[in-house]
Amino acid sequence: MTAATAPAAALEVRDVVVRFGGHLALDRVSLTARPGEVTGLIGPNGAGKTTLFNVVTGLQAPQRGTVLLDGRDVTRLAPYRRARRGLARTFQRLELFGLLTVAENVELAASVRGRRRPGRSADEALELVGLRDLADVRADELPTGKARLVELARALATGPRVLLLDEPASGQSEAETEEFREVLLAVAGEGIAVVLVEHDVQLVMRTCSQVHVLDFGRVLAAGTPEEIRGNEAVIEAYLGAAPGVPA
Amino acid sequence: MDQFLQATITGIATAAILAVAASGLVLTYTTTGIFNFAHGAIGMLGAFAYWQLRFDWGWPAPVALLVVLGVLAPLLGVAIELVVMRGLHDAPEAARVVVSVGLLAALLGLGLWVWPTDVARPLTRFWGNEHISVLGVRLTWHEVVAILVAAGLALGLRALLYGTRAGLAMRAAVDDRALSMLNGARPHRSAVLAWAIGCTCAALAGILISPAIGLMHVNLTLMIVNAYAAAMIGRLRNLPMTFAGAVALGLLDAYALTYLPTDSILLAQFRFAIPVILLFAVLLVLRQDRLRGHAARSTREVVPRPGWSGSLATAALFVAAGVVAAQITSAPDAVAVQKIVAVAIIALSLVPLVGFAGQLSLCQMSFAGIGAVVMAHHGHGGDPVGLLLATVVAGAVGALVALPTVRLAGIYLALATAAFAMMLDLWIFGLRDFEVGPLSISIFGTGSVAVDPIDVPGVDSAHDRLVFLSVVFALLYLLVVAIRRSTFGQRLLAFKDSPAASATLGVNTMLVRLAVFTLSAAMAGFGGALYGGTLGAVSAQNFAFAQSLPLLLLAVVGGIGTAAGALVAGVLVGGLPLLVEVAPWFENVNRVLPGTMGIALGRNPNGIAHQIRVGLAPLRRQPALLAGTVAGVAAVVGLRLAEVLTGTPFALALAAVPAAGGLAAQVLAARRAAGATATEGPDDVPLEWAGIVRPFTAEEVATMDRVLGLERRPEPTPSLAGAPSGVSAPARTAAGAGR
Amino acid sequence: MTALGPAPAPAPPAGDPVPAPPLVELRGVRAAYGTIEVLHGVDLSLMPGEVLAVLGPNGAGKTTMLNVLAGLHPLSGGDVFVAGRRTNGASAADLARVGLCLVPEGRGIFPNLTVRENLRMAAHAGHDPRAVEEAAYERFPRLAQRRRQLAGTLSGGEQQMLALARGLATDPAVLVLDELSMGLAPLVVEELYGQVAELARRGVSILVVEQFARVVLGVADRAAIMLGGRVTDVGAPDEIESKLSAAYLGG
Repeated sequence: MTAATAPAAALEVRDVVVRFGGHLALDRVSLTARPGEVTGLIGPNGAGKTTLFNVVTGLQAPQRGTVLLDGRDVTRLAPYRRARRGLARTFQRLELFGLLTVAENVELAASVRGRRRPGRSADEALELVGLRDLADVRADELPTGKARLVELARALATGPRVLLLDEPASGQSEAETEEFREVLLAVAGEGIAVVLVEHDVQLVMRTCSQVHVLDFGRVLAAGTPEEIRGNEAVIEAYLGAAPGVPA
Repeated sequence: MDQFLQATITGIATAAILAVAASGLVLTYTTTGIFNFAHGAIGMLGAFAYWQLRFDWGWPAPVALLVVLGVLAPLLGVAIELVVMRGLHDAPEAARVVVSVGLLAALLGLGLWVWPTDVARPLTRFWGNEHISVLGVRLTWHEVVAILVAAGLALGLRALLYGTRAGLAMRAAVDDRALSMLNGARPHRSAVLAWAIGCTCAALAGILISPAIGLMHVNLTLMIVNAYAAAMIGRLRNLPMTFAGAVALGLLDAYALTYLPTDSILLAQFRFAIPVILLFAVLLVLRQDRLRGHAARSTREVVPRPGWSGSLATAALFVAAGVVAAQITSAPDAVAVQKIVAVAIIALSLVPLVGFAGQLSLCQMSFAGIGAVVMAHHGHGGDPVGLLLATVVAGAVGALVALPTVRLAGIYLALATAAFAMMLDLWIFGLRDFEVGPLSISIFGTGSVAVDPIDVPGVDSAHDRLVFLSVVFALLYLLVVAIRRSTFGQRLLAFKDSPAASATLGVNTMLVRLAVFTLSAAMAGFGGALYGGTLGAVSAQNFAFAQSLPLLLLAVVGGIGTAAGALVAGVLVGGLPLLVEVAPWFENVNRVLPGTMGIALGRNPNGIAHQIRVGLAPLRRQPALLAGTVAGVAAVVGLRLAEVLTGTPFALALAAVPAAGGLAAQVLAARRAAGATATEGPDDVPLEWAGIVRPFTAEEVATMDRVLGLERRPEPTPSLAGAPSGVSAPARTAAGAGR
Repeated sequence: MTALGPAPAPAPPAGDPVPAPPLVELRGVRAAYGTIEVLHGVDLSLMPGEVLAVLGPNGAGKTTMLNVLAGLHPLSGGDVFVAGRRTNGASAADLARVGLCLVPEGRGIFPNLTVRENLRMAAHAGHDPRAVEEAAYERFPRLAQRRRQLAGTLSGGEQQMLALARGLATDPAVLVLDELSMGLAPLVVEELYGQVAELARRGVSILVVEQFARVVLGVADRAAIMLGGRVTDVGAPDEIESKLSAAYLGG
C-alpha cells in the first residue's frame, strides 16, 4: 500500500469503496499520484480501474472513502468543479465530440472559464500531440489511434494538474505507442501528475515510476516496476494459480 | 363519512381503469425498451371501434368486446411492432421518442379521419346505471366490472410472466437480451406478444373510461397521461408499484372532486391537472440520471458548421423569397404565407434545443402560446414592448420549467415537457382572469383574445408584413448560425455527444442545458407573439399540446440540425392546411401525415434537408450548371412576376429547375468519376448501372451474394451426423424474413 | 434437438475415411465497434472432441471473437463455419438451437430470475426444462438448495456454476466458455474446471477463453495465444505456457 501521508501528492485516493448491488467493484482502494511522475495502474478486466477513474472524476459516487486533489477533499464536488481544479481525463471508450472538428474539440476544452490554472491554447495542445494537420477533420472520422491523441490534447488544453489516462495506447500501432510515450514523459516533465491505466503492461513498466496492481477491486500490490515484476501475487493474478485440475 | 366512502369507492374504480392502462404501458416498455407515447391513442381507437360495433352497428356487447379486445387491438399491436417498432430497441433514444410520438400523432389523426368530430357518439356504461350498494355506498355495475377486470388482469399478467414459458422469455429478455438469445429465446416474439397485450390493455382501458369522460379523441388520447403517472410510480418496470400508483391517483382524483372548493377560479380546473402535476413530480423525484457517455449511433449525424458568407447568402435568399412571395400573392394568401413563416420561426427555436443539444421538448407550442398571450395583453396596437415582454416571459417560464427538469434526459425530459404542456392545456390556459395579490393575470379570457400584429413603421399591408416576417426569420436564422459557431454552440453539441466528457472538461452541463432551454423557450415565445399577430385572435386550441407534436416531428423530419428543418416544419405545419382549402380530401391525409412522416423518417437524424443538400452538392462543383440553374430559377420567378406562369405550373417549375440542375450535376459527376477510373480498369459504367448496360461480373455476383446472405459454399458440405438444417443459408434467410 | 453432432457420443462417426473437418472454424474474421476494429483477421479452428484454450491479455479481442462466433456481434470481414456451414449473420438464437452454447463472460445469468427460472430458460433452445433442471442439480447440488432464490443474490461462484450448469445441461455439441474463472476463488475454479474436464472426457468440443492461464492449460488439448486482435500462436499447451509470460508481462 502507498503511504497516505506524502505531502507532495497531487491526487490522493483514500479507502474508496464502490458497490454495485452485491458486487464490490472497489474495496478500500487507495492510490497516490505525485506531480512530475507517471503512476501506472494495471490489472485484469473488471478489476475496477475505470470505476476508480469515475470515482476520482466524480462520475461515480463512492459509498465510502475520500478523493483529495492537492490536499483538498473533493469527494462531494460535481465533476465540472473538479475539472476546474485541475483534474483531466481521457476515456477508455472514446468520448470525443464526434459532431465537432478536432480543433473545436480542443478549443472547447481550452475555453472553459473559472479554472484555477490557465489552460493551454488549443493550437499548442494540438501541436504537442502532433495533430495540427488534422485540426479541421470531424472527430468521428478519425482512426482510433489519432482519436486517442485528440482526447489527450483535449485534456491537456485544460491545463491539468492531474491527468488520468484510460488505456490511451489501445488501438495504436507500435510506432504510435512509442511517440505517445514520449509525449507522456514530456507532459509529466512539466510537473503534471499522470495516472496511466493501460493493458500494454510493457508500456507501463517502461514508463511509470510507480505501479499499482488492481485485482477484484483491491490494490494487490504497489511499487516500482521491478518490485511488481517480481511480485508473486501479481504473477498469480495474471497467470493464475498452479494447475490443480487433472487433464 | 358517507361522502368519504363514496369518494373512495369511486376512486378505486377509476384506479382500476388506470391500472389496466398503465400495466399495458409497463409491459411494452420493459420487454421492448420503447416508451409508447401512443398508448392513449390506441386506447382511444379501441373505444371508438367498440362504439362502432356496439352502438352504430348494434352488435351485442360481448361480441363487440370480443372483436375489439380479442382481434382488433392485438392485431394493431402486432402491426405496430412489425411495421413501426422493430429494430428500434437499439436506436438512439431521440429516434425512439420521435417514432413513438409520430405514432401518437398518426393514430390520433386516424381516429379523427375515421370518426369525424361532427357526430355525437353516446357510449353508455355496461348495464346502464344499474348499481349495487356496498356499505351504503352506490357502486355501478360498470365500476364493479372495472375493478374485477383490473384484478383479473393483475392475476393474469402475473400468471403469464411467472407461470409460462413465454413470460419467462419476456422477463429474461428484460434482464439480458443477448443472454436470452444465447439460450435460444427469440426476443422479437416476446416483443410482438408484449405489444399485442399492451394494445389490448389500452383498448380495454379506453372502453372502460369512455362513458365517464365521453367519446372524444383528444381527451381519450391524453387521458392516459394519468396512466403514465401511475407507470412512472412503478418506475416503468414494477407492476405491483404501478397498481399502487394507479390507486393513489384514482383516490386523489376522487377526493379532489369531492372536497376541492368549486368556487375558486384558480382551483376550478385544477382537478384535471392533478395527474399531470403528479407525473411531473414523480419524474423529478424518481429520476436521478448519471452523466452518461456517448451512445453508439448507426447513422452518422450531420450538424454543419456554416460559414458566415454562405449563411448571409442563405439569409438573403430567405428575404428574397419573402419579397417574391409578397409580390405574387393576393392579400389573403399573403396572410396565409405569413403563418408559414411565423410557424417556421417557432420551429427555429427547436434547432438549438433539439438539433444542437439533443434535448427533446414536447411543449414548444405552449411557450409560443405564452408569448401570444403576453402579446395580446401588452402589445396593444402592435407595441414592440409587447413582443419584448413576450420573449422575456416565455424565456422566464422556460427557465422555471428547466430548473427542475434539466436533470432529465430522453423520454423523461420528453414526458416532463409533455406534462407541462398538458398542465397548461388542462388548467392554466382554461383559467378566467384572476388576481394573485397585486398582480391581475389574464390568459385567454373567456376563450380567445385578440393579438395585434407587430407595428413597424412602413409595414402596413399584409404583403409588407410578409416581407417583414421573412426578414425576422432570416435574422433569427443568422442568430442560430451564430449560436452554432459560438463556444456555447460547441458546448451544446459536445453535450449531445458526451455529457460525461463535457463535465470532466470543466463544462457546467446543468447550466448549459438550462441556458439552451431558456433560450429556446424565449425564441418560441417571440415566434408565438408574431404567430398570434398573423392569426388575429388566439385561443388555447392554437397552442395545445397536440400542436407541439407535429411541430417537433416535422422539424426532425426536415432536419433538426439546421434552419432548413425549421423551414420544412413551417411549410408543412403552416402550409399543408392551405392545401386543404384547395383540395378538401387532403384534410384527412393531413391529419395523419406528420405522424406518418415522423414514423417513417424519425430514425434518420439528418432529415430531408440533408438529403436535399447532398443531392445538390455536385451542383456546387459545376459552375456552369450552377449558373444555369440559378438563371432557370430566376427565369421561372420572372415569368411568375410577369404573370405568364401561375398557380400549380409555377410551383412545379420552381421545384423542377433545381431538381433538374442537381440531377444533371450528379450525372456529370458520375460520368467524370467513371472517366477517371477508366484508365485503371475496363469498367466505364457507374456501379449502379451494372447489370443494366452490361452483365454483372462474377466478382460482383459474389459480392452481392455475400451482402444478401445468399452465398453457398462451393464444395459439398462435410457434415457431422445429423447435419444441421437450421443454419443453412436459405433457411436462415427465410427465417430472417419471417421474423 | 442437438443438431450439430451426436453430443455426448464419441466424436465423428466411425468409418469416416476423410479426416474430420473442424467443427468450428474462423477464417480471417474481422469485427469492429463503430469505426474501431478490434479483430484484425482471426484464424482459428476447433476440432471435434477437443478442448481448445485461447489465452491472451485484456483487450486482445477474445470476448469479441466469441461473441462473433455465437452470433451476438456482426463480422465486418471473413467467415465463420460451424459444422461446415457458413454461419455469418445467423442469429444467436438459431445457433443456440443447433447446439452451440456460449457461457458468456461475467456471470451469464439472469439476476432477476430465480435459479430454477434461469435453468428453465434452456427450454427455449428446445430442451425439456425439467430434465435440464435435474441434470443441473445433479452436477451442482448446491444449486438445488437455492432453486427458489433470485440468481442475483447468489455468490459469485454459485452464479458461475449456474451459468455453467445451464450450458452443460443442454448437452451442447460445442461449448464455448468465456472467462469462467473470472473473479472466483481458486477452489471454485477447480470445481468448475473439474466439470469441464468431465465433459471433455465425454467428447464434447470445448472452446475456452481465459486470462487465468494455468488452470485451463491443465484441461486443454491445444492452446492458442491471442494478441492485439489476432491469433499469434497455436500449439500444445506446454509449448504455449512457456510463451505466456512474455505475452502478458513482457518478461
